[in-house]
Amino acid sequence: MGIRVLQPGALTTVQDAGRYGYQSMGFPVSGVMDRRSFRIANMLLGNDETEAVLEAAMLGPSLCFQEDCFFCITGADMQPKLDGVDIPLYTALLGKAGAVLELGLVREGARAYIAFAGGLDIPPVMGSCSTNLKCGIGGWQGRALRAGDEIPFRKPKKCLKNLYKRYEKIRECGERHVTLRAVPGPQENLFTEAGIHTFFSEEYTVTQEYDRMGCRLDGAQIESRGGVDIVSDGIVFGSVQIPASGRPIVMMADHQTTGGYAKIATVISTDLPKLAQRMPGDTVSFEAVSIEEAQRIARKEEAWMRRFRRATN
Amino acid sequence: MEDYRILNAGDGAVCVEFGQQIDDAVNARVNGLYQKLFSHPIAGVTESIPTFRSLLVCYDPLRIRYGKLIRLLEKYAADIPDVVEGERHVVEIPVCYEAEYAPDMGHVTAHTGLSAEEVIALHCGRDYRIHMLGFLPGFPYLGGMDERLATPRLKSPRTRIEAGSVGIGGSQTGIYPLSSPGGWQLIGRTPLKLYDPQRDKPVLYKAGDYIRFVQISKEQFLQMEKDMQRKEGV
Repeated sequence: MGIRVLQPGALTTVQDAGRYGYQSMGFPVSGVMDRRSFRIANMLLGNDETEAVLEAAMLGPSLCFQEDCFFCITGADMQPKLDGVDIPLYTALLGKAGAVLELGLVREGARAYIAFAGGLDIPPVMGSCSTNLKCGIGGWQGRALRAGDEIPFRKPKKCLKNLYKRYEKIRECGERHVTLRAVPGPQENLFTEAGIHTFFSEEYTVTQEYDRMGCRLDGAQIESRGGVDIVSDGIVFGSVQIPASGRPIVMMADHQTTGGYAKIATVISTDLPKLAQRMPGDTVSFEAVSIEEAQRIARKEEAWMRRFRRATN
Repeated sequence: MEDYRILNAGDGAVCVEFGQQIDDAVNARVNGLYQKLFSHPIAGVTESIPTFRSLLVCYDPLRIRYGKLIRLLEKYAADIPDVVEGERHVVEIPVCYEAEYAPDMGHVTAHTGLSAEEVIALHCGRDYRIHMLGFLPGFPYLGGMDERLATPRLKSPRTRIEAGSVGIGGSQTGIYPLSSPGGWQLIGRTPLKLYDPQRDKPVLYKAGDYIRFVQISKEQFLQMEKDMQRKEGV
């Protein structure tokens, strides 16, 4: 027994930290789009930080608890209600057997994370519970949730110690414009100086073409020296490809492992959650940072996570 | 002089680039470094992705500093062992070339002027190097097909190609690990499950290995298929 899906929402999938170790065989990593919200949701429940959760995009699901279990919602604000009553985000709450948790249309941000204390009982495939929609593996039967699905809990918890500490006043998805720091390269030399300047100074708009694979941006065209086609090489989460149109595509969690467009820069890992929470119409700009600076920022973020974990558990 | 460049790929990866074109010697260097990272793992390196011409090395910056990683990769790149012929890792793929599994054999014989027997003999007659896997999980980009077999792709791609199909697309040959749309000329099929997420090794081969196609009859094909289903049933 666990939760029954009443309404699946727009795209609700089971995700964890991702499926590593198989990219050399052509398997995308998948995993959550917003790693920060995902980790915080699990930490607030005292879960392992990589415990699988539900990721809901744009329009959230309605779920019915089949047994008592604590849960927590982070990331986007989808106006969650428990049995019709508004409930706060970033707060550990008890879902009683029979209670209906309802998420609606997104009001701030783009992706919400629903974590359950003790986790979901999902068999890992190739070391991960993340849903890979293209290959139809992982998560719940290799697909997005549908009405009628019943996903069991693994070790549902109806009590949590230090409950009074298990909330957080973070609201970080509300901005409509974000600055994404990015390390130039690997193929920045295929672009003109003017092209690189355009990329790091202009504002870009998130288009409708935004899914778990990539985020296509609209804005000033980036000038290349002599074309952007390369013999395919490896891609990471955050790679910024510039196709022939001259408009950037940021590769996201489900990105293919290799690609044949030149990559002007790579968004730093710490800033990817900000992009994961943007909706079409929101705007982004890019700021160049060195690798050393990017890694200093990553260490700072990790230190914040450690403090947060200590403070809540 | 060094024959590679180390390019920045964000705060958790670097790209070791050995060339800009598709070239056997370049790819041998890529896979040499890839192998070396297996035989001599660097703590903090999480995985690496070989392509035709470069190796993407992913790492955890909290476990290894960028500077140290670069120094180690430079050391590794300076000492990539040449793969000796005898050490080739060859994966045999049984293929049935009979009509039922070879809907496009007629196109290939018509285009090349060869008989079906000659096509099969040429196709089985050599080992193919796996340059990289990509496009689909487990899809091998193979090098070195006999030029006499080259046949253009179908004018309009099929919406579904069965898993295990063996085909020719231009001057390349390949196998489809899972069912997918595609435009290759299909000349046979393997009963092997090239890709199985439940298996210890989800894909039977890796970049740098060689693939050898071995002709089997339809009876053998059906028997192997049956044996595998039985094994799965247990």
